[in-house]
Amino acid sequence: MATEEYVTVTKNACKLCTPLGASLFFKGICGSIPLLHGSQGCSTYIRRYLISHFKEPVDIACSNFGEQTAIFGGEVNLKVAFDNIIRQYNPEFIGVATTCLSETIGDDVPMFIRKYKEANRDNKLPQLVYVSTASYRGTHIDGFHDSVKATVDILTSEYSYCKRENSINIFPGMLSPADLRYLKEIFNDFDVPFVMLPDYSQILDGSPWKEYQKFPKGGTKVENIINMGTAKACIEFGKILAEQNSAGKLLNKRYDMPCYNIGIPMGIHETDIFFNSIETITGKSTPEKYIEERGRLIDSYIDSHKYVMGVRAAVYGEEDMVVAIVSFLNEIGIIPVLCASGGKSGYFKDKIREMISDFDEKGIVVIDDSDFSHIETFAKQLKPDILIGSSKGYAISRSLKIPLIRVGFPIHDRINGSRILHIGYRGAQQLFDTIVNTLLEKRQESSVVGYSYM
Amino acid sequence: MTAIHILKEREKQIYEKGSQPFDLTCDKHSIAGSISQRACVFCGSRVVLYPIADALHLVHGPIGCAAYTWDIRGALSSGPQLHRFSFSTDLKEKDVIFGGEKKLYQALNTLIDTYSPKAAFVYATCIVGIIGDDVDSICKKMSKEKGIPVLPVHSEGFKGTKKDGYKAACEALFKLVGQGSINHDSETSKFRINILGEFNIGGEAWIIKNYYEKIGVQVVSVMTGDSRIDDIKSAHEASLNVVQCSGSMTTLAKMMKEKYDIPFIRVSYFGIEDVSKALYDVSAHFKDNPQILENTKKLVSSEIQNIYPELQKIKKALFGKKAAIYVGGAFKAFSLIKALRLIGMDVVLVGSQTGDQDDYKMLKELCDDGTVIVDDANPLELSKYIVEKKADLVIGGVKERPIAYKMGIGFCDHNHERKIPLAGFIGMLNFAKEVYATVMSPVWKFAPRHL
Repeated sequence: MATEEYVTVTKNACKLCTPLGASLFFKGICGSIPLLHGSQGCSTYIRRYLISHFKEPVDIACSNFGEQTAIFGGEVNLKVAFDNIIRQYNPEFIGVATTCLSETIGDDVPMFIRKYKEANRDNKLPQLVYVSTASYRGTHIDGFHDSVKATVDILTSEYSYCKRENSINIFPGMLSPADLRYLKEIFNDFDVPFVMLPDYSQILDGSPWKEYQKFPKGGTKVENIINMGTAKACIEFGKILAEQNSAGKLLNKRYDMPCYNIGIPMGIHETDIFFNSIETITGKSTPEKYIEERGRLIDSYIDSHKYVMGVRAAVYGEEDMVVAIVSFLNEIGIIPVLCASGGKSGYFKDKIREMISDFDEKGIVVIDDSDFSHIETFAKQLKPDILIGSSKGYAISRSLKIPLIRVGFPIHDRINGSRILHIGYRGAQQLFDTIVNTLLEKRQESSVVGYSYM
Repeated sequence: MTAIHILKEREKQIYEKGSQPFDLTCDKHSIAGSISQRACVFCGSRVVLYPIADALHLVHGPIGCAAYTWDIRGALSSGPQLHRFSFSTDLKEKDVIFGGEKKLYQALNTLIDTYSPKAAFVYATCIVGIIGDDVDSICKKMSKEKGIPVLPVHSEGFKGTKKDGYKAACEALFKLVGQGSINHDSETSKFRINILGEFNIGGEAWIIKNYYEKIGVQVVSVMTGDSRIDDIKSAHEASLNVVQCSGSMTTLAKMMKEKYDIPFIRVSYFGIEDVSKALYDVSAHFKDNPQILENTKKLVSSEIQNIYPELQKIKKALFGKKAAIYVGGAFKAFSLIKALRLIGMDVVLVGSQTGDQDDYKMLKELCDDGTVIVDDANPLELSKYIVEKKADLVIGGVKERPIAYKMGIGFCDHNHERKIPLAGFIGMLNFAKEVYATVMSPVWKFAPRHL
């Protein structure tokens, strides 16, 4: 739909800006404070947006540009910001992400950091990591992945490693706290040491406190990130990320470390690949518990296959998330008639096409760089039975009367955004049950008889 | 005591009544590195203009600003829903290099043709000022071509505080005022007002408008709750501006006073005391029609009678419980203190993002000894005093909610994102019910602070 409107205006964006992804990633490091270098609104809006999803405090500092800062540059503000954060929070790690403002005025943040470190040679400083996240380049997912890479780059570069440990580095990407907890469970059950980056599973989904915690419990430890250079191998989720310059690739290049670039493990096919990767790296077999999970999942696929066969779905979200959902839908017979993303990597359509053998016959529409206005236009034509994506699709769900299966980020109209499990056999089971039950409910409600026995 | 320390630079912005002479610093730019609860200039403009339902709101800049303000507010419209869209020029790298003017022009052109709005607001965000787009001249050109007002709103995030954003919004509104006229053929009263600073959150403007109509006062425009461009254009034909949320709208009231000689009064619709006072103040202004005062007396007494018994029940349960208030504008805090007292609660902390010296003096007068007053607080400070002062309730917005909940304390949303009306008499009852629901919930017994 290459109309003029398409290129000049975005209506109801299906993406957020890059500093949001960076902020979320930095929250997943133990003892870390994200610092946005720019105007105050950026941190406030992003905090508000993340809080509404995770329902947890999200402290993000800001260098609070004023008019003078915009004219003379942000060096002083950044320095003062570091000082104040260190005095008040004493963090182990500060993740600096730029905003469109500091990028546009051309602040040389790496130089500011170098000078700050020099001036504070005698003090013990937190790790200072910088990532360039101009919001006019890419979307929140790019901000996320770029921050992972920047962190690994800076923290592993200062050390030379000579020995290889038995551990695995896992780069899960932007998943839910429930997903991250599940990943940890898997590695623990394999009894293999691992470093997962990031890990906001507790920080953004934790217990109540007696007193305010500057640093909620959990997160990837800085010393563990430093040691990522010694791991035996990396596993990195995201087929589109696999085409890009990622943290895993960096370790692969720098330390000749094998990197398993695999899809986000949604559904049996991709989860099998994930478990096979761990088996290959460790030489251990998948614990019985997961083989049973897999068995139950297949059993339920069989029990309910007729309810889902030929059902039409519209899927939207970050490109890799959509690709993963499509893989899952494809293995149960649901046709992803519309696959949409606000991202624009250039690989989106190819990755989907290569998973679906009769892609063209099925008339599947794939749109990148899209917004909810395009998604609605196509949904009207393609008439999907269900929508799968974040809560931002609710307006379409309501106007077209198509049920919405909520996954991913953000979930602003339900309470369980943190607890949605997407990955692994268990995540597929949850998603499968939700989809089938939604279809059953639709069938039940539209029936004149209204059986209570389906 | 908690282990949280206050930064030295921040000490002057915190005051505990009774313990020291009053000398609170405010109206300062937030210090770098702070985790302020404040927002930016853009936020101020967007929040004021957002509820205008038949206008196009186009955010000129990269995607973030538009995405984070998409449909986040409970500002209702009785007709068009155009305000609930999020339109952005979604500037990309090449636009930043070569300028975004062409894109802005095309975006406006397409959007105005598609949606036929009555006016358009173009919000200039941070980098627009830096890359030097001439937003004013594009708006002017577009206005000429399309025959509707196309108004630039200079809300570059770094050019001041949220207050400057309010000002930019008021300037845009002021350009509309005087361009139209109310329909004088139909029956119009000569007792006409504008309601300023009422945003129809959960239908509040409807409640308030209904009160005015009942007492015999005609409402020409509401700025900006459930507002229409034509109403705003006729706003100069009112004889009184009634200003709530004075932080955001006093600028406009002053401009209208100067140009159209329309006086203004400040009111609040939160709490029985203040909503009654608002109606009485308006009736006092129209004293040449004694019927209005009579109607007001009747209305106030019947409305209070309706809610009083239930309020008393709630008060009994909440008596002696403690509340902490942290809101955007300080003016709202005055009403909240009174409203909380009415249901038996004491205020132990009160603060705001943007209060000025007079606001804080007023707060000091209203508060009891021991109450902490704070300007431009951050999560650490808020949590410190909430815990130390043993609050049972926090009143604030989305960013304060997790601070309260995390510490096992009740919370009431008194910001723009709530969906329940808290204004007017019925709003007072809703407020009391919500406070009761959160403070008296049995879940707190599981929270660590009670173990």
